[in-house]
Amino acid sequence: MNLSDLEITKLEAQAEAVRETIITMLVAAGSGHTAGPLGMADIFTAFYFHILKHDPKNPELGDRDRLILSNGHICPVRYATMAHAGYFSVQECLTLRKFGSRLQGHPERERLPGLETTSGPLGEGLSQAAGIAYVFKMDNKKQRVFCVMGDGEQEEGSVWEAMMFAGKYKLHNLTAIIDRNNIQIDGMTEDIMPLEPIADKYRAFNWHVIEVNGNDIRAFIAAVDEAKAVYEKPTVIIAHTIPGKGVSEIEFDYHWHGKPPTKEEGERFLKEIRTMSGKVPHEYA
Amino acid sequence: MLNAAAKLSAKIFADDIEKVPTRDGFGKGSVEVGGKDSRVVVLCADLTESTRAEWFQKEFPERFVEVGIAEQNMAGVAAGMAVAGKIPFITSYAAFNPGRNYEHIRTTIALNHVPVKICGMHAGVSVGPDGATHQMLEDIGLMRMLPGMTVLVPGDAEEARKAVIAATSLDGPVYIRFGRAATPVFTTSETPFQIGKSLVLWESDAPRAAILSTGSMAHTALMAARALSAEGIESIVLHVPTVKPLDEEMILTVAKRASRIITIEEHQAAGGFGSAVAELLSQRYPVPMRLLGVADMFGQSGTPDELLSHYGLDAVHIKEAVQALVAV
Repeated sequence: MNLSDLEITKLEAQAEAVRETIITMLVAAGSGHTAGPLGMADIFTAFYFHILKHDPKNPELGDRDRLILSNGHICPVRYATMAHAGYFSVQECLTLRKFGSRLQGHPERERLPGLETTSGPLGEGLSQAAGIAYVFKMDNKKQRVFCVMGDGEQEEGSVWEAMMFAGKYKLHNLTAIIDRNNIQIDGMTEDIMPLEPIADKYRAFNWHVIEVNGNDIRAFIAAVDEAKAVYEKPTVIIAHTIPGKGVSEIEFDYHWHGKPPTKEEGERFLKEIRTMSGKVPHEYA
Repeated sequence: MLNAAAKLSAKIFADDIEKVPTRDGFGKGSVEVGGKDSRVVVLCADLTESTRAEWFQKEFPERFVEVGIAEQNMAGVAAGMAVAGKIPFITSYAAFNPGRNYEHIRTTIALNHVPVKICGMHAGVSVGPDGATHQMLEDIGLMRMLPGMTVLVPGDAEEARKAVIAATSLDGPVYIRFGRAATPVFTTSETPFQIGKSLVLWESDAPRAAILSTGSMAHTALMAARALSAEGIESIVLHVPTVKPLDEEMILTVAKRASRIITIEEHQAAGGFGSAVAELLSQRYPVPMRLLGVADMFGQSGTPDELLSHYGLDAVHIKEAVQALVAV
């Protein structure tokens, strides 16, 4: 389905609002991950505001699509996008990582309706997504399963077990998304443990591979549409994203993988997002 | 004397008592629940024959999932299947399931709180010739520490069958431990089984000690109790197939009556069933105790009988421990 320029512009503006919330919640939390969530704001916006069949007022909707977040540490982007989509108030985002909050530092299914799994320890989401997709295929259910993973996460051996499994059982209803932002805690992925040629590796495991600019909402939605048309294989979308996208001081800097902005930094970053990097003359918020 | 209410096998002390591995109880039980509940699925990691998962596979091929030699993925796939409404049983050797895939079980099954039934076969030194790598002795400890996990260690194949059936209807994760070697079938289809309940096998009016066992050590404990009785030392044998949640009420009652407790399990003496009993009694009703199990060692190759005897898991060692403890 072709989206109009206006629809895309609306989604882009929504993604900027999600980024603002991410910065605000991380400053309030005082700990957490910044670069990954900012880089994935466009994709999560595309999911919750266009791609997914879901109902924020009925998170247990029986025939909903399932979005599994495997690299649970980027949960601020999921929480922020869910809040903007209407699952809970944006205000609640300020409870991130606080005692008694439903918004745990790593997501817990039993605490917050709308999360499909508990995640954080890497290399476990694809197995669970494959299990769900296997059941949907077995029971002739039409909904789709999406699994967001990090690129550093591909270093976990269990990811490759799950890749083999999904390839063997031709889980065409499963689409994996790799956040290819090239950073992990200790540095650049290719220095820590080279992943390339990641596309060839997935192809060798009987997956359909699409590479896309993960900060281009139109391109990402088109990639998901392509994945839906593949009937004999699971699909992986290698989404090349800019870590810290939207905040020039954070972009491409692995040091921002696992720390939050200070209050002062947060104000500076919000200003940058709100003025579109100085392109518009004043803040509107 | 034997507890008549337990409706134990008539051949309980006979040499020709039927001997069947507890893993056969998994095979039977899974086929039984598979026929009654279409949500039941069985996953296996390239060990269908020795885990007896093939019994289910033959009956319900469309609900059997072969994951290959990938126990971590098996745990995660099962968690996903449970989230999507199934009741998955994951099967492999206990050394790998829950040994290899422990953290996957912790996060995707226990913390996620989904009704996956983890079946660890070939537990204990009675695996025999395969040696230490395959003789899992730490699984009870690993699993009973996980919040919300039920831990079952059936005493024989018949009880294992009942445990599989009971685990299916429990809305939460369960670990069930099975053995490789053929062991005496001392219970019958009439013997009561309920998750969380223990079973008195041997009774006496004036017990000087109680032997608490889990798994197939129950029959060994019974042999020891009978031998002790012949020497004038009366005891109680309490079989505790549910290690978690413990039957606290019954264990406290037995401790109050017998004043001396011996626990026996085919597991490390540290961290397993005996530790669970000690945690209870040390806080609620401290009595002198001896914890029999493998004493901080790995296993080795041998026949099941040679190994059980070597590691102190036979009637002779139980008897000696009781004699020493009642002398205290």
